[in-house]
Amino acid sequence: MLKLLMSAGVAAFVSLASLGSAQAAGEAVELKSVAWEHGGLFGAYDRASAQRGAQVYREVCAACHGLSLVAFRTLADLGFTEDEIKALAAEYDFVDGPDDSGEMFDRPGKPSDKFPAPHANEKAARAANGGAYPLDLSLIAKARPNGDNYLYSLLTGYVDAPADFTLAPGMNYNAYFAGHQIAMPPPLMEDQVEFADGTEASIDQMAHDVTVFLTWAAEPKMEQRKQMGLKVILFLLILAGLFYAVKRKVWSDLH
Amino acid sequence: MSFEPKNPAIKWVEDRLPLPGMLHHALYEYPTPKNLSYWWTFGSLAGFMLVVQIVTGIVLAMHYTPHVDHAFNSVEHIMRDVNYGWLIRYMHANGASMFFIVVYLHIFRGLYYGSYKAPRELLWWLGLVIFLLMMATAFMGYVLPWGQMSFWGATVITNLFSAIPLVGDSIVTWLWGGFAVDNPTLNRFFSLHYLLPFVIAGVVILHIWSLHTSGSNNPTGVEIKDKQDSIPFHPYYTVKDLFGLAIFLIFFSAFLFYAPNYLGHPDNYIPANPLVTPAHIVPEWYFLPFYAILRAVPDKLGGVLLMFGAILVLFALPWLDKSRIRSARFRPIYKQLFWIFVADCILLTYIGGKPAEGAYLIWGRIATVYYFVHLLILLPLVGLFEKPKPLPASISEDVLSKKKPAKEEAANA
Repeated sequence: MLKLLMSAGVAAFVSLASLGSAQAAGEAVELKSVAWEHGGLFGAYDRASAQRGAQVYREVCAACHGLSLVAFRTLADLGFTEDEIKALAAEYDFVDGPDDSGEMFDRPGKPSDKFPAPHANEKAARAANGGAYPLDLSLIAKARPNGDNYLYSLLTGYVDAPADFTLAPGMNYNAYFAGHQIAMPPPLMEDQVEFADGTEASIDQMAHDVTVFLTWAAEPKMEQRKQMGLKVILFLLILAGLFYAVKRKVWSDLH
Repeated sequence: MSFEPKNPAIKWVEDRLPLPGMLHHALYEYPTPKNLSYWWTFGSLAGFMLVVQIVTGIVLAMHYTPHVDHAFNSVEHIMRDVNYGWLIRYMHANGASMFFIVVYLHIFRGLYYGSYKAPRELLWWLGLVIFLLMMATAFMGYVLPWGQMSFWGATVITNLFSAIPLVGDSIVTWLWGGFAVDNPTLNRFFSLHYLLPFVIAGVVILHIWSLHTSGSNNPTGVEIKDKQDSIPFHPYYTVKDLFGLAIFLIFFSAFLFYAPNYLGHPDNYIPANPLVTPAHIVPEWYFLPFYAILRAVPDKLGGVLLMFGAILVLFALPWLDKSRIRSARFRPIYKQLFWIFVADCILLTYIGGKPAEGAYLIWGRIATVYYFVHLLILLPLVGLFEKPKPLPASISEDVLSKKKPAKEEAANA
């Protein structure tokens, strides 16, 4: 038993030792750390916050950033009703076709559609944004180390540049962006959106909410995963106990 | 013990193809030393992980599209739209790490207890062949999601072959199927990634065949001498391995359900972009020791040779180790050297994940040199000069001598 623990310990150590190193990339800037409701072993996405975040994305971020992997129907995860989703999807136009006469046509979005990209292609996106390419945000929360804290820090990290810092033209200073020069201008302003639930739309609040929404967008199955994990591990603990008892019994006749 | 099936159907098969008898011998009556510790569980765990990887991999292949324009999104399709696709995909991605963890522990167990020594040299070789095949399979598998690390990892590793004099560049073009890592590369990697696990399964059968020919080594390193020393594999080791499996699955589940991206790299959630190089190109953790050795050498060809040499030298281990004693339990000096070697390998793993500069580079070089010094110099020498502790006369005697003091203590208490 002791040896077993030792081996488990060795395995854990090896994985941890290597992990520190897998994160070798990235800057040594300390990110703001938020006690997210979706963190921890039992954490789930804060529905109200995520719904507000969806609004922030649609009214602010979506002007430049796509969310191309997220289908409208999946918003049901966040507590949007079927009718709300239908109405929300119908706000967007999609080119479909060809129809029977071979023509392409416009139609309103359906729940099975995904968020449309704001630009036709990368060239168009760059042309519209002074040469910079606004990334698709579907996976952004997983594509950066410590993704949720990073997004929140970045969105609230627009401060005045230190006096000795020279910004390239068209760039903005951000305390948390690698190299501190970011092409994206400060995206959030106080009271930029009007939340239906009456929450005050401070920069901090909007940054928090849109981070919850984007974290969900990147890992929509997290809640299902954690719930299943709990059941599986409890089952395995009992199973291990039973196997251990059987093992003791089977081996007891040896000497 | 001969196999005489009672079930007429099994008997009918046995008379025509003695497969049931073979399985009976391998999984039931196989005489196993009675003193195997839990360190001997990792072999069957590795076999279990191979099955997990093959089964999850086959399901993933049903939903995956090996094309540069679709691969990344098809993986996300699996994560979002396929029923339990997230589970299968995380199982496969973390399963690769779990496979390497158990195989590394299995290899180090072999090193500690001298399991590579005569008559088990071929068994050891087959194990190393499996290890090499695993590395090739894992490398190609990591390319398939076509993220940034997939693409740039593939670029860096395939480029290593360009270090070969004269034909290097031609070989790289041949591997790529073009003049850069592109769609033909992805397609052939997918094809080979699907093929190699079955080759591994074949070599595993040879590995087990060879094991069952010479018999399992054990913590004393003393061979089975009579019936007293051995017990049938079933039920003793089947149940012991099942308990080990349950514990291992808890460890696996902790990663799978609560930290599924912990062992991966965030950059691989960015679609591959040949025009943007990531700041640090880092391979998966299980390649880091070899990556550290590669980068420790200032010369490209030298680094490549040393990296492959680090694995190839293990093939010579049965002859490099001059000691006739197998188990480190009875080798006081080798035992210490073994743990230093383990620490050296962990250090190499750590260094492999750091940028190759400053103190990291220096420590990487020291650790690389020590890796080879241990295997090529210390191991042969210590076998010649070390004075081993007295070996037990048999496995039984060893087991009994251990039980006695415990009983006396109980009597005194």
